[in-house]
Amino acid sequence: MSTTAEAPKRLTKKELTADHPTWCPGCGDFAVLAAFFKVIEKLQIPHEKICTLAGIGCSSRFPYFVNSHGVHFLHGRTLAFATGVSLSRPDLHVFAFGGDGDGYSIGGNHLDHIARKNVNLTYVVMDNFVYGLTKKQTSPTSPIGFKSKTDPTGAIDQPVNPMKKLVYGGATFVARTHAAQVKHMMDMFERAILHPGFSVVEVLSECVVFYPGAFDAANPRKGGEFETIDEKTGDGTPEDEARHDITDDVAAYRLAAQEFPGKFGVFYQAERPTKNDLEQKWIDASRAKTGNASAKDLLSARFDAMK
Amino acid sequence: MSSTTTSNSIDQAKTNSGGKGVELQNAVIRFAGNSQDGIQTIGGLLARLAGRSAREVMTYMTIPATISGGPSIFQVHLGSGEVLSAGDESDFLFAFYQHSYDNHISSLRAGGICIYDSDEVKEIQADRNAVHVALPLTSTVVEVLGGSARDRGKNIFVLGLVTQMFKLDREKIVGLISKQFGGKSEDVLRNALLAFDAGYAYPIGNLLSEDFVMQEGRGAQVDKVTTDGNTALVMGLLAGGVRYGAAYPITPWSSIMEQLRTELPKYGGLLVQAEDELAAVSTAIGFAYSGHLAVTGSSGPGLSLKMEALSYATMAELPLVVVNVQRGGPSTGMPTSVEQSDLLQAIYGSHGDCPRIVLAPKNVADCFYIAVEACRLAKEYSCPVFILSDMALSSRIEAFEQPDLAEFVHEHPLDLSARDTSFKPYPLDGRTHHAPPGSVMQGEKYPVVTGLEHDEWGHPSANPANHQKMTDRRRDKIKACATTLPLPEVYGDESGDALLIGWGSTWGPIREAVGRLNESGKKVAAMHFRHLHPMPNGLEEVFARYKHVIVIEMNDEGLYGYGQFATLLRARYCDPKIVSVCKTDGLNYKVRDIVTRVEERIANS
Ligand SMILES: Cc1ncc(C[n+]2csc(CCOP(=O)(O)OP(=O)(O)O)c2C)c(N)n1
Ligand code: SF4
Ligand SMILES: [Mg+2]
Repeated sequence: MSTTAEAPKRLTKKELTADHPTWCPGCGDFAVLAAFFKVIEKLQIPHEKICTLAGIGCSSRFPYFVNSHGVHFLHGRTLAFATGVSLSRPDLHVFAFGGDGDGYSIGGNHLDHIARKNVNLTYVVMDNFVYGLTKKQTSPTSPIGFKSKTDPTGAIDQPVNPMKKLVYGGATFVARTHAAQVKHMMDMFERAILHPGFSVVEVLSECVVFYPGAFDAANPRKGGEFETIDEKTGDGTPEDEARHDITDDVAAYRLAAQEFPGKFGVFYQAERPTKNDLEQKWIDASRAKTGNASAKDLLSARFDAMK
Repeated sequence: MSSTTTSNSIDQAKTNSGGKGVELQNAVIRFAGNSQDGIQTIGGLLARLAGRSAREVMTYMTIPATISGGPSIFQVHLGSGEVLSAGDESDFLFAFYQHSYDNHISSLRAGGICIYDSDEVKEIQADRNAVHVALPLTSTVVEVLGGSARDRGKNIFVLGLVTQMFKLDREKIVGLISKQFGGKSEDVLRNALLAFDAGYAYPIGNLLSEDFVMQEGRGAQVDKVTTDGNTALVMGLLAGGVRYGAAYPITPWSSIMEQLRTELPKYGGLLVQAEDELAAVSTAIGFAYSGHLAVTGSSGPGLSLKMEALSYATMAELPLVVVNVQRGGPSTGMPTSVEQSDLLQAIYGSHGDCPRIVLAPKNVADCFYIAVEACRLAKEYSCPVFILSDMALSSRIEAFEQPDLAEFVHEHPLDLSARDTSFKPYPLDGRTHHAPPGSVMQGEKYPVVTGLEHDEWGHPSANPANHQKMTDRRRDKIKACATTLPLPEVYGDESGDALLIGWGSTWGPIREAVGRLNESGKKVAAMHFRHLHPMPNGLEEVFARYKHVIVIEMNDEGLYGYGQFATLLRARYCDPKIVSVCKTDGLNYKVRDIVTRVEERIANS
């Protein structure tokens, strides 16, 4: 996506702020919102071109808290909705937000398909390993043994591995961050926004009510360790050999297989034509073939062929 | 219309035309074979010929349920007057195989003519009241074209034969064949013309006792558009200004999405093939939110999947055209059979109080006009508008005059004008016209479009009074639409024994039934609904003029004895004289069925 420097008026957090978030005090999603504001401020995207879309869940209330064109859509269908917006409006910067249930469970199939189609937009998942809005049911990322209202004796189903799912699905930018690491989160958001194609940032964002402490293992302030990915620089040194090649999907998969809490950073990035570009090419070729005929002339010619 | 337009009209229409042969006002010709034989091709060519001869035409075909093909028929009803149905019975039967003969000889009217391939059909029912003509079709075509090409040539040979038998315009047909096969290799066209000429020259006259001539049409000599309902619907969507869409394949909806996928880019737009119907409707609503007029569609099961998102479109007040090419249900049901059992789903199928507009085309040409109207209403009332087509309309071919494009082509350019501080997406005193993303909001307050109940500005609100007001608002705009709708035409007696009510593809057979009932002295009329929800106002005055109001539908009478539209009419008018004639056998109504059942209804009450 391109950034526009000469916005008429500097866009700041003040203009971007809408209703006060209704999240519980301490909810990880506050930090995600703050980081989003900062990155938008830095990139100075024209205000009216920002489009924030979400499904249903605590995290999916995001668009109400951003003063921009926004949509609160259906549980699980945001990415399908966003496909329509992105493909028909190349002038917009499209952002989709949601939770682990919204994105990996009810919307799981849409995620695979938007990924392989490489639709140009940025998707942020606030993964809290639980269903927050509906008050503590097992989510697709709940670890085995997690006690919820639907698994009172502990979850028994193997959880989804979001990084594996995204790399396998064909997403062209896949990153992982932590809501307690604002700088890292901002860096991931910025890289995702600048990536041409379908970019996803998975944010471990704690639900302090229904799964407190879920991500302490990756939080140095809670005695954990926040380990970032050491990306290959291509400097030819022997140390570089051991670093992670973000263009290598097999290496990304291996990284994703590490035990929780695993690593944070960019797992995978690839350059592949976007569906936006491919469709536009076809539209341009079709228009050219008709000699940019009007709708009336096109219809008239087609009716003639049926006589 | 001419009241002699019946399928048994050979006798009635016979006139001695001085050696030219028996003049036919109309004829029903059924080709029965396997789908691989290309009988659809000859049926289509005959229909197109009719369109070029100011004749009326309607076709009917069956599609085998398996991809590898199988028994299939194509029936063409050609007429020089008004043709309203595909014909109850055939006047001529061409049987390619024994199974074709066995299964379709009963469709031939008494005294009709059956021409069969004597290389394939070995047993005939000689005691039937029918003229049997044996023709060694397979071996004759082998002689003409050589062994390898014979399967391709049988159909065109028969077309030549039909052209000869009915003294159709040879030149025009050859032109159409050249148009159809001209794009392929030269061999293909040469073989087609060879087969045609052989059929045209075959001495069939020696085997028939009579010669036939199709009367030229009586209308003005303009070339008509000859096409099927799905194609006409696509043309209507394009004319109405649809530029974006999203869908998932399913019979019989698929050909609409296939055509849109190819056509829309020519108009600068796009159809997305989605991963499922949930995604399809969501992507289409995404297009609508972006400021475009968009379409989604499906058949049977696919519509069920779309229902959640369609209630969102009502709540968020986004315009959307939704096509349902109905087929036999429930569940996977009968994918290639006709039924009208999705009416109540179209109206009430989503959760919550969820008003939306539902329209149904009456014939192939009307698929175009209804689609244009659906586009206009979706924009005007900013809500989902359903088009209920059906399996029969989707595939049957009719000839009609080209619509006036100056009147029916509309564009809906993207409106990104700056919205001033008074902008409200959901004004209590006005209609919703969204500010699509990209519009500058001069008050610097950007709108959130939502499926939660909301106030005038779109803020979520669970305030009891607000919910009532917003519910009223969404309902009242659809009621306002009703006041703009014309009363459907009363066709037949202005008052009398019975008013026959229909909707959708039953228009032709019901109209023909009125003609026959009038002839037999019954005072009846028909009223056909294209606007099903809202329905037009003022119907009670029309109903009052008849002893019975009989609603004829292709759906089940349900637990309480009434079809789906009849149920609605009874709910609205509480009038016990509204009764139902229903059926669900997956077939179109035969005119004769309607006549009999209406007579029973009148006699029994
Ligand atoms: C079709 C449908 N099914 C179920 C729900 C109920 N529901 C709302 S949010 C939600 C789960 C939310 O979990 P997640 O996406 O992880 O978001 P969180 O609240 O944890 O941020 C469910 C099951 C719904 N709104 N719609
Ligand atoms: S329930 Fe959990 S996820 Fe939802 S707002 Fe509260 S802390 Fe956040
Ligand atoms: Mg969650």
